[in-house]
Amino acid sequence: MGLLDLFRKKPAGSAQTAKERLRIIVAQERAQRNTPDYLPVLKREILEVIRRYVQVDSDAIQINVEKDDQQEVLELSISLPTDER
Amino acid sequence: MAEIIVVTSGKGGVGKTTSSASFAAGLALRGHKTAVIDFDVGLRNLDLVLGCERRVVYDLVNVIQDEAKLHQALIRDKRLENLYILPASQTRDKDALTAEGVERVLNELKEEFDYIVCDSPAGIERGAFLALYHADQAVVVVNPEVSSVRDSDRILGILASKSKRAEENAEPVKEHLLLTRYSPEKVEKGDMLSVDDVLEILGIPLLGVIPESEAVLQSSNAGVPVILQEGSHAAEAYKDAVARYLGEEREMRFLQPEKKGLFKRLLGG
Ligand SMILES: Nc1ncnc2c1ncn2[C@@H]1O[C@H](COP(=O)(O)OP(=O)(O)OP(=O)(O)O)[C@@H](O)[C@H]1O
Ligand SMILES: [Mg+2]
Repeated sequence: MGLLDLFRKKPAGSAQTAKERLRIIVAQERAQRNTPDYLPVLKREILEVIRRYVQVDSDAIQINVEKDDQQEVLELSISLPTDER
Repeated sequence: MAEIIVVTSGKGGVGKTTSSASFAAGLALRGHKTAVIDFDVGLRNLDLVLGCERRVVYDLVNVIQDEAKLHQALIRDKRLENLYILPASQTRDKDALTAEGVERVLNELKEEFDYIVCDSPAGIERGAFLALYHADQAVVVVNPEVSSVRDSDRILGILASKSKRAEENAEPVKEHLLLTRYSPEKVEKGDMLSVDDVLEILGIPLLGVIPESEAVLQSSNAGVPVILQEGSHAAEAYKDAVARYLGEEREMRFLQPEKKGLFKRLLGG
């Protein structure tokens, strides 16, 4: 171990990447918890329809179900590639 | 009132059985009458870790199917008078465990024991579900590694929505994080998630951190729970975790790499 190592600040190893990836996937999976079982299929089918017109990535579609006492809202957001517009 | 504790993780091989054995032994050491149940039907292992494999006559499935009485199947530990083991069956029949059967066994155990520790199998299938269903408290065993952290979050979701307490709208299952196989050297190098990283992602209270330790392998070779391996860091860390579970305050230990050269010590590194 070199002298510099003793004074370095934050380690920038693979753990940082692991943490970032986990933060995203865990948040995503928590949001999907307790959502209707048909959501994944719905998402796939919507993706197929969109792709008849525009080539989008499979992460271009975000589906959310928001619940409050009164109602459930299905929120759908699709980001289109910039050069297609 | 007896308390049911599930030791669970989602991902396999992270240290559930090791932790169940030591946690149950730790509770027994502290004077509490404790039963530890192996829910891993088809892959019995707890008996080996506790060194009672040759004393297994009847198992959990025998009791559920009324082929044996509970007290015939319970094995009393040779070292700790307060510790009893209920082994898993080696049957390949996955449906051998029934919800009603498990409930009946747990209710019977509750009359005699202070703590009932359920060693869950890996996965989120039937065995894992039945192991956690009746839990009052959950010890979620996690390794500082991406797939283990993600799987444990799924288990937390199941505890919050599918457990008996959730179904009955009772007070939620109390969750505890037990981080195992922790290597402070790798954390310092930036190649392993730190305790704080895992806490930040999972957001449940920390029960303990068990260091990666050769003593674990040695004691499972010998059939002794590692908590009884005097002087090993893993044993100390498990004892601390049990003490915290019982409501005592203990500072977290073994989170820093062991100091090596004099030079480092002079620098306070
Ligand atoms: N703190 C530790 N240090 C070193 N090795 C460990 C530690 N904890 C567990 N191990 C080792 O990891 C392996 C898996 O442990 P264990 O059987 O307890 O995991 P498990 O979660 O019960 O596995 P399964 O999901 O198959 O039931 C064993 O070989 C054990 O000796
Ligand atoms: Mg196991």
